[in-house]
Amino acid sequence: MPTATPLSRVNDFVVRFANVNGSGSASANEMFARAILRMGIPVAPRNIFPSNIQGLPTWYEVRVTEDGHLGARGGTDLMVAMNPQTFDKDIASIEPGGYLLYDSTKPYPPSKFRDDITVIGVPLTAICNREYTDPRQRQLFKNIIYIGVLTALLELDVAAVEQLIAEQYKGKDKLIGPNVKALHIGRDYAILNLAHPIGLRLRKTDKVGDKIFVEGNSAAALGAVYGGATVCAWYPITPSSSLADAFTKWCAKYRVDPETRRAKYAIVQAEDELASIGMVIGAAWNGARSFTATSGPGISLMQEFIGLAYFAEIPAVIFNVQRAGPSTGMPTRTQQCDLISCAYASHGDTKHVMIFPENPAEAFEMGAMAFDLADRLQTPVFVMLDLEIGMNHHLCRPFQWDDSRTYDRGKVMTYEELEAGKDFGRYLDVDGDGIPYRTYPGTHPTKGSFFTRGTSRDRYAKYTEEGGPYVDNMQRLLRKFETAKDIVPKPLIANAAKPSKYGVIYFGSTAPAMDEAIHMIEARGHGLDRMRLRGFPFHSSVNSFVADHDFVFVVEQNRDAQLRSLIVNECGIDPVRLVPILHFDGTPITARYIAKAIGDHLDQMTMKPAKVTS
Amino acid sequence: MTYLAKPKFHHPGLPKNELGYTHRDYEGTVSTLCAGCGHDSITGAIIQACFELAIEPHRVAKISGIGCSSKTPTYFLGNSHGFNSVHGRMPSVLTGANLANRDLIYLGVSGDGDSASIGLGQFAHCLRRGVNMTYIVENNGVYGLTKGQFSATADRGSKSKRGVINTDNSIDMVAMALQLGATFVARSFSGDKQQLVPIIKAAIAHKGAAFLDVISPCVAFNNHAGSTKSFDFVREHNEAVNRLDFISTRMPIELQQEPGTVEIVEQHDGSKVALRKLDADYEVHDRAAALGFLQHHAAKGQIVTGLLFVEKESEDLHAHLHTVDKPLNALGTKDLCPGSAALDAFNASMR
Ligand SMILES: Cc1ncc(C[n+]2csc(CCOP(=O)(O)OP(=O)(O)O)c2C)c(N)n1
Ligand code: SF4
Repeated sequence: MPTATPLSRVNDFVVRFANVNGSGSASANEMFARAILRMGIPVAPRNIFPSNIQGLPTWYEVRVTEDGHLGARGGTDLMVAMNPQTFDKDIASIEPGGYLLYDSTKPYPPSKFRDDITVIGVPLTAICNREYTDPRQRQLFKNIIYIGVLTALLELDVAAVEQLIAEQYKGKDKLIGPNVKALHIGRDYAILNLAHPIGLRLRKTDKVGDKIFVEGNSAAALGAVYGGATVCAWYPITPSSSLADAFTKWCAKYRVDPETRRAKYAIVQAEDELASIGMVIGAAWNGARSFTATSGPGISLMQEFIGLAYFAEIPAVIFNVQRAGPSTGMPTRTQQCDLISCAYASHGDTKHVMIFPENPAEAFEMGAMAFDLADRLQTPVFVMLDLEIGMNHHLCRPFQWDDSRTYDRGKVMTYEELEAGKDFGRYLDVDGDGIPYRTYPGTHPTKGSFFTRGTSRDRYAKYTEEGGPYVDNMQRLLRKFETAKDIVPKPLIANAAKPSKYGVIYFGSTAPAMDEAIHMIEARGHGLDRMRLRGFPFHSSVNSFVADHDFVFVVEQNRDAQLRSLIVNECGIDPVRLVPILHFDGTPITARYIAKAIGDHLDQMTMKPAKVTS
Repeated sequence: MTYLAKPKFHHPGLPKNELGYTHRDYEGTVSTLCAGCGHDSITGAIIQACFELAIEPHRVAKISGIGCSSKTPTYFLGNSHGFNSVHGRMPSVLTGANLANRDLIYLGVSGDGDSASIGLGQFAHCLRRGVNMTYIVENNGVYGLTKGQFSATADRGSKSKRGVINTDNSIDMVAMALQLGATFVARSFSGDKQQLVPIIKAAIAHKGAAFLDVISPCVAFNNHAGSTKSFDFVREHNEAVNRLDFISTRMPIELQQEPGTVEIVEQHDGSKVALRKLDADYEVHDRAAALGFLQHHAAKGQIVTGLLFVEKESEDLHAHLHTVDKPLNALGTKDLCPGSAALDAFNASMR
């Protein structure tokens, strides 16, 4: 009998599967998460995987969350420990009162286990050896068998799993029967031999509604399709490769001319990041919407070209799926660590537009919007994703599209306008917003052609090394950046129930954890106003938000408080007013972490000094 | 040649091509290169070729990297869009531009420093992809703009202006282009307009990756005794494989037909190139033979010029990617956006 009371919770717990990379567990584990969704219970799953293909430890975590808290929670309530290599560590990470499900084929001495958890042994290997002769089948069906065991332990809807098996193997019908059989082998074993259900249980509800379950990279890629991207040039790198893969898939589905079967898109796997951004720039210069998807090391390589695009004013879209750096850092772990390298990418005075989606729904919307923004502003636009959003499935609102929307191609002077004698100066600020007109190559036989270059030029694109025109141009680029402040998505503000002296600023994948943390902080007796940033340059409301509070926490997932630095630098705010809350171990930030860090701080701030009597 | 200030008026007697354009319509701004720079002669040859082909100047996109050679697009086709990109990376910019609009003519201009050192990777990959373009390297064996360092095409044993002997092996970009699968490979000499102009014309008409290496002496840094890229050296060691006349379908066919010595090369777009071989056993469609020929003469210290190889049935990147005929940059919201109904179905499939 465990020394801690076994956990007893319905629709609110964390299950973690510890597996070996390459053992085929991913699809079984994902099926587990989806089956819970089909019961109407929200889930937040996360893949934690190494930078190798086979043999190293991998984990899949499913947070079951009737309240819809989609950020990582931290801690594990039920560990399905299938990897001997990490067995001890996995046991250590279980919450007091939690549960361990393990393969008991080879018995372990009781000293292996903790006495404050419930240990559930199933001789999985023995069962598989008895049922199957083929070694690959023994491995693969083991995964389905433990899912079967869980249907009994947690009261997971077995019909939902069967349905998912049928959907997964549609077209390969021969595989359905054996998988369903394996599922029931596990379930029957549990019913006959184990105390079931355990304290953690699933109960049907209706909290999922019309939400969809989708990966961020896939969503962003669909956004690029809807946003009218026709040219994609990319170079493989985790965690952004799946974005290019998804674009390829969605294009094949949505962008093939029905009559000729020919492609209304071009995708090139370039020889490196230098070439991929070069192609994007060439295509955008020539009037196609184009993008690349990359991660930190790719951004490093693209620097020179990004500066060219800024100075020559070419609309390039760059999806940066951030991972832990510097250098190769932790290539399969998440961070928000490229803010500064993207904001000021390249040499000389540069500033770039960034947008920050919080989840796949925004990755879709902002993925599409990025192309309008880039065309309007004629400048590179970074869509700042990270591994947490990009490579995990997230439950989010369904995607929407307004059919009356047409692409905003920005200021492009047409043949007719040139014919009509409109003054065309490539770098003329006709409208005072810093954004000049451009022409696409080939527009007119005698008017509107110009030379694009990274060297300085006058307003009519004529090469010059004179200081005056250079300064004029650089100042106009700043005016354009000002214009961008009102065009990029505005920050979203949510106020505490009662007026608060304190605020918090955060962005991107921190949002779900923040949404949850705010309740935990409230429970500690503190109110906190929230501002979620969605675009850079920062909107003027950032200044007023900070001014309205005694101080503001800035929560981000990097070591050097890059967002805080950007706010200080761009908004001219006294750094003392901004308290950094930093998380950068490569795991997604959790509500617990934020609540503790901010809560402790606020406790201290609001603590009354004890009266000293002499 | 360095252009002097250009006359403002067209001389009424200037010859016109079939579009009614004069030579002057194919010029750009005044060159700022050194007087006598080989690159200016190449500029002149490009102007001549485009004039003779009666190309609409604005239908050409001229793209370059960084270097003296890469500055030249400013000096020709003043009515076309140009893009002076970054050092060594013209090929990727050109590839992207070509993907966006397959209907324009793409002229990539680069230097040997630009293409054989920092840009070697991009040079290689755009040729193997078969981008439809004319890729011209203005090859002087030195870095001109940064004042005379050896480039990777400088021959081993050649001497720099400062007296340094090059101990590194040189890269033969023509041999590389042949190996990389370029479907049109030629070499010429900036001083030999008679040979250069038709080769440029043929390269422009070629559908696919056309590579053209033009030996272009640098008067400032590489035209001295000891250099293997000087005027005198090249004149002495030039072994021309053939002379070439270009005939587009819009022009009357004029051929000096000497039976047995003339070969008509049918281009993919229907236009024809007539070759007059000087070398009786030279076969222009044999990639391996071209390489052998090149290396055989290189071993003798000779530079082979002329059209070395043309592939009969060449294809370009758009054919490989199976893209639609309409330029991608001309597709609008209607062509590209799957719309809300498709999105509803997508949402439903994600539950
Ligand atoms: C990234 C980068 N590195 C170095 C340079 C300096 N640079 C300018 S031109 C040039 C060499 C040009 O040589 P080549 O391409 O042979 O052209 P040429 O001037 O001889 O015609 C170099 C190294 C640069 N512009 N950018
Ligand atoms: S330095 Fe050489 S390559 Fe450059 S312009 Fe002068 S002669 Fe030409």
